[in-house]
Amino acid sequence: MKSQNERRRTFLLISIPILLLFFGFNTLPLIKGFIYSFTNFRGYGSYEWVGWRNYADLFTDTRVGNSYWFTFKLAIVATILINILSLIMALALNSKIRFKSFLRGMYFIPNILGALVVGYIFSYIFTYILPAITRTASMLADKNLAWIAIVIVCAWQSIAMNTLIYISGLQTVPEDVYEAASLDGATGWNKFRYITFPLIMPFFTINMVLCMKNNLMVFDQIMALTNGGPAQSTESISFLIYNNGMAGGQFGFQSANAVIFFIVIVTVSVLQMRFLNKREEQL
Amino acid sequence: MEELKVREKYNWSVTILLIIGLITVLFPLYMTVVIAFKQPSEMTNSISGILSLPKSWSLNNFREAMRVTDFWRSLFNSFLITAVTMIISVILHSLMGYAVARNMGKSKFYRFSYYYIVSGMFVPFAILMMPLVKQTAQLKIDNVFGVIILYVVFYMPMNVLLYSGYLKNIPVALEEAAHVDGASTWTTYWKIIFPLMWPMHATVSVLTALGTWNDVMTPLVIMSGSGMNTLPLAQLTFQTQFGTNYNLAFASYLLALLPMIIFYLVAQKQIINGVINGAVK
Repeated sequence: MKSQNERRRTFLLISIPILLLFFGFNTLPLIKGFIYSFTNFRGYGSYEWVGWRNYADLFTDTRVGNSYWFTFKLAIVATILINILSLIMALALNSKIRFKSFLRGMYFIPNILGALVVGYIFSYIFTYILPAITRTASMLADKNLAWIAIVIVCAWQSIAMNTLIYISGLQTVPEDVYEAASLDGATGWNKFRYITFPLIMPFFTINMVLCMKNNLMVFDQIMALTNGGPAQSTESISFLIYNNGMAGGQFGFQSANAVIFFIVIVTVSVLQMRFLNKREEQL
Repeated sequence: MEELKVREKYNWSVTILLIIGLITVLFPLYMTVVIAFKQPSEMTNSISGILSLPKSWSLNNFREAMRVTDFWRSLFNSFLITAVTMIISVILHSLMGYAVARNMGKSKFYRFSYYYIVSGMFVPFAILMMPLVKQTAQLKIDNVFGVIILYVVFYMPMNVLLYSGYLKNIPVALEEAAHVDGASTWTTYWKIIFPLMWPMHATVSVLTALGTWNDVMTPLVIMSGSGMNTLPLAQLTFQTQFGTNYNLAFASYLLALLPMIIFYLVAQKQIINGVINGAVK
């Protein structure tokens, strides 16, 4: 009995300080952010309660609306592109190739590099190298094309990570499943569609959810490539909250934006997991 | 016999395609290296002028970039933040994972704690950012120290999830045997459980280190008033101040990428395994 008490006390002594730390720097700022969202705080000086006005304004603010449109466009296109290319890469890197571990190692490099510096390097490619080849103006200066440049940079880095996860998925598929399928005459696309893909479905779920979440939070690439421009066409939600909330005197208003953003992220992740889990069960 | 032979044959066409595809990975890196070594006068407007090898492999650009970005100090800060965050994370998060894993089954408090912490994974930094800037300034930790505390908190959800998942596979019987011998829970943890979790410590260290080393946003908003830089943050400052000298800029980018590339070359296997373990569990 005495040792039971000792055990219980030790666990409490471990967990209570850690929970307090977590509360202090995660939950508390979350609550504060929620409270600020009902004020007209500019980040300094005095402020007043404005009730739900910030939230009402959010839905009529075109700049906020544009940032949601841009962020979702980017996240959806990038997530689909990244997952298709990663699957192809994983299948290739998992086949009977020469220099397998070398190639796998090389293709993972983009993932270990910092997104900001990678963004700067690509910014140079988009500004000087590509225009010289295609004889057109830089993509980054075109407000209809700049978002595609950002998709490319996000994809370049994320494909490395997603490929790795798909490879570890492919390795869980036992060799004899393929052999049985080959005996039944399944080849190429059919083999992938009906055998491989269903078996790595859980990995597809992880990749889609993580990738979508990361892309929705895109920030470094924007800082490095466009700074939100041209003509505010590439302002992601995180970038807008940072830019206008920290320096633009919209602390209260952007707090409301951040609350909505939080709800959006949770909703998207939960919906994705529900939908994809259902698919997994059906297969 | 023929079966066997077929199985050992390499698929050369895929191999060659993959080698060609490496251009997409290596081209940006090659470009970074050659521009970093060149002088502005060597940079003509044609592509060949940009991409040709430099006339001489002089280190002057690097010397100048180091001076302008205060390289050693930024490197030291990045290293300090990453190393300390890693060590504290391994200690605190494994302890929390242990407390949760061993009590979740029977105690509502720990089950609640687990879901409470893990759900923190969905809280975007954007919503915490502005209140945290105020909070760290009030507590006078708007510096390297504050950034470390924040990282320890931000990585807690993922790491507690990983540790508690791993601990479910370590039988409680091991601890009970030690208990019978009179060892306290605390001692048992450090003597028996902690050493058993090395594979997970490696995963947690790799994931935490990759995330903190490359992160820009947290130091940007928290440390901006302290006059201190991390390595990525120094690139941001550099860009706004000296953005037009590309040779100097690329020397600086290369310096910023180099520590991670070296780390990757040394510990490639551990990094890849760590990332796979973390993502799949």
